[in-house]
Amino acid sequence: MKKFMFVNRKPPYGTIYALESLEVVLIAATFDQDVSLVFLDDGVYELVKGQNSKAIGIKNYSPTYRALEGYDVEKLYVERESLDARGLTEKDLLVPVEVLSSAQMADLMAEQDVVLSF
Amino acid sequence: MLHIVNKSPAQTRTLESCLRLAKPGQALLLIEDAVYAATAVGAASSGIDKAAQKLKVYALQPDVEARGLAGKVIDGVTAVDYGGFVDLVAEHSTSQSWL
Repeated sequence: MKKFMFVNRKPPYGTIYALESLEVVLIAATFDQDVSLVFLDDGVYELVKGQNSKAIGIKNYSPTYRALEGYDVEKLYVERESLDARGLTEKDLLVPVEVLSSAQMADLMAEQDVVLSF
Repeated sequence: MLHIVNKSPAQTRTLESCLRLAKPGQALLLIEDAVYAATAVGAASSGIDKAAQKLKVYALQPDVEARGLAGKVIDGVTAVDYGGFVDLVAEHSTSQSWL
């Protein structure tokens, strides 16, 4: 089993990156890999509660983050500096996450076998 | 770990985030528009000058030359050709292409 880390740094809807990341995460989980998701910079917006994309004609895929648990993807990490810079806290997020400092995040990143950026 | 960045620091904050999360002793390769961060002015404003003291920083020479930056790259940044790029990827167990 390899340690896969998916680094999400883009907000949802404006580009396809966030959704593509989620799809690849689900594929990796299907192959029983050790999967971690990291949310940095504008990537933290992917997890914000209360998304309603009806009027822009794009599916709101944010509930999928809550379904990840069912695929044994339970390691979701958010960088504290990225939350702080956007006036967000854990309470604004739609799934339980572990909030890490940049230094802790750097350590976690260094432990991975594969790191994929989105 | 080898970090790879391909965007100018004036265009996105990717390099800034990479520098925030890179650990001392790791390697950083600047390619495509990221090579602008390796010039004297670019290195000062992007923090590459300071980062070069704790990271091994490389710039892809074909991209440097293409942009007329030959001879303008700071001393702390090592030039590599395409073969050198391959060597860096092979030498590091993990590489991360920042998007």
